[in-house]
Amino acid sequence: MTEIAAHDAPQGTVGIFSRRHRLRWTEALPWVIALASYFAFPNYLALGSQILATILYGLSLDLVLGYAGIVTLGHAAFFGTGAYAAGLLAAHGYGEPFLGLVVAAISAGIVGCLTGAIILRTSGLTLLMQTLMVAAMLHEAANKANSITGGADGLQGMEVKPVFGLFRFDLYGKTAYLYCLGVLFIGWIIVRRIVYSPFGRSLTGIRENEARMHAIGTPVFRRRLTAYSISAALAGVSGALIAQTTQFVAVDAYGFERSGNILIMLLLGGIGRLYGAFIGVPLYMIAQDQFAEIDPVYWYFWIGLLLVLVVLFARGGALGTLERLKARWSKR
Amino acid sequence: MSDASQATPALETKALCKSFGALSVASTIDFSLARGARQALIGPNGAGKTSFINLVTGVLAPSDGRILLEGADITSLSQAQRVKRGIARTFQITALFRGLTVLENVTLAVSERMGMAGDLHRPAGSRRAIVDEGYALLASLGLEADALRPVRELAYGRQRLVEIVVALGLAPKVLLLDEPAAGVPSGESGIIVDTIERLPADIALLIIEHDMHLVFRLAKRITVLVQGAILVEGTPAEIAADQRVRQVYLGERAPA
Repeated sequence: MTEIAAHDAPQGTVGIFSRRHRLRWTEALPWVIALASYFAFPNYLALGSQILATILYGLSLDLVLGYAGIVTLGHAAFFGTGAYAAGLLAAHGYGEPFLGLVVAAISAGIVGCLTGAIILRTSGLTLLMQTLMVAAMLHEAANKANSITGGADGLQGMEVKPVFGLFRFDLYGKTAYLYCLGVLFIGWIIVRRIVYSPFGRSLTGIRENEARMHAIGTPVFRRRLTAYSISAALAGVSGALIAQTTQFVAVDAYGFERSGNILIMLLLGGIGRLYGAFIGVPLYMIAQDQFAEIDPVYWYFWIGLLLVLVVLFARGGALGTLERLKARWSKR
Repeated sequence: MSDASQATPALETKALCKSFGALSVASTIDFSLARGARQALIGPNGAGKTSFINLVTGVLAPSDGRILLEGADITSLSQAQRVKRGIARTFQITALFRGLTVLENVTLAVSERMGMAGDLHRPAGSRRAIVDEGYALLASLGLEADALRPVRELAYGRQRLVEIVVALGLAPKVLLLDEPAAGVPSGESGIIVDTIERLPADIALLIIEHDMHLVFRLAKRITVLVQGAILVEGTPAEIAADQRVRQVYLGERAPA
């Protein structure tokens, strides 16, 4: 024991090691920008709240894809479940927004836990296909259950009550914007805490070398399932936010585009870096909005071109490029 | 500690068998590793040495037979459960978390052993006990200067040492070293031999190695595995003198 005591880690090493989770000033930037945008672009608050809710969706995907290394093409399974949970509640007279979020998180989390318990036993392409199938099955189920979900026409008659019983969802989207911002902030705190926790580090370990994690006694399957379920719950909250703020849900909430686009947005920003969604989602959605205005017919072509350029010249997305530039700068 | 418990080997396999179809990688292996042993497992390529490690650690499920750790049957336990009971291994091909720092590689193992790796709340690195133990382990192998460097930046020989340190973070009773000097230039393998020599005496070591210098320097007993079965076991002197070993292992023909 004395031998070990003689080797206590020096204060400097411990300091660097244990202070990594402290907030850096740059981490305040997204929130400053989001608040400034509220005042700067009063005509774009509807788009803004969609962006904020989608960032939460991207954040939830980053947790499984960027940290746990689970490649999924079916994250809409959880987004859609959350959207329908909140939508159905509001359509049946339970329009309390926070109740909707909680129920959405729980139901999407349960779907994540149950499907994850089956599909996370596989890996690679098999897993990818299974994530796709889960979302496709739910999509079809929602489509068939016409009497409950309204099918392709969408769920009718949602009535969302005012936030805290005070702030009505107004026509300009002021309440929606601040509501989404607040919920995103809480989601960010949760994900950030997880990422820097021992649990988060062990997820990174699984991504880096799964065989070694088994060999150091990690219950790899259980860790993955936990991460998958948490991520599913957050994706559900994101779906609920969009359902509540647009007062509408249709089966495309389960659609393949929902799963695919968020992957593209996250790649644009950079995966496994916590802030990829904060850059990629606004970039994609604003580009989409602008391109659609300039070129209503071929706007998707321009999005495609943007992606090709990112893949060719900016590997690791915006954040990856930034890191490379920083590394080059500090070498000089 | 009574005499009886001292007499129980650290690790035992009883009639251990594993076959993939017609290919038998382990056929009725009766093996025993004493507590605190310094033993080597040698054999030509394809003899089933790594398969044996995979069977003992639970990567592979045996077709038949039993595995005992300090007398307790662990045959049906998962890989993770066996690690918790005290079996650790290193890998022939370095299997580390390359993007993480050296200290972090070790603390992952230490926090897993302490049962704190599932913690979702406290920031990693905030528990002094884990960081101090990880650092002490690095220092004991002369790796403390690299503590905050990512593993991928280290020379391969140093990475091989990290490979051992991560296993030590699990406080094993039995440590299986799968070719600890594989891929290391001969000039640097001395450091690895020294390191293994200085490992705590209460850990039972089983070293799988091709490098005969290393085997004869470290091992007090040697087991020779050929085609999934134990050919012979004995002291280094006995093995060096054994005609059958020379024949199969060194490729020499026995005198007519």
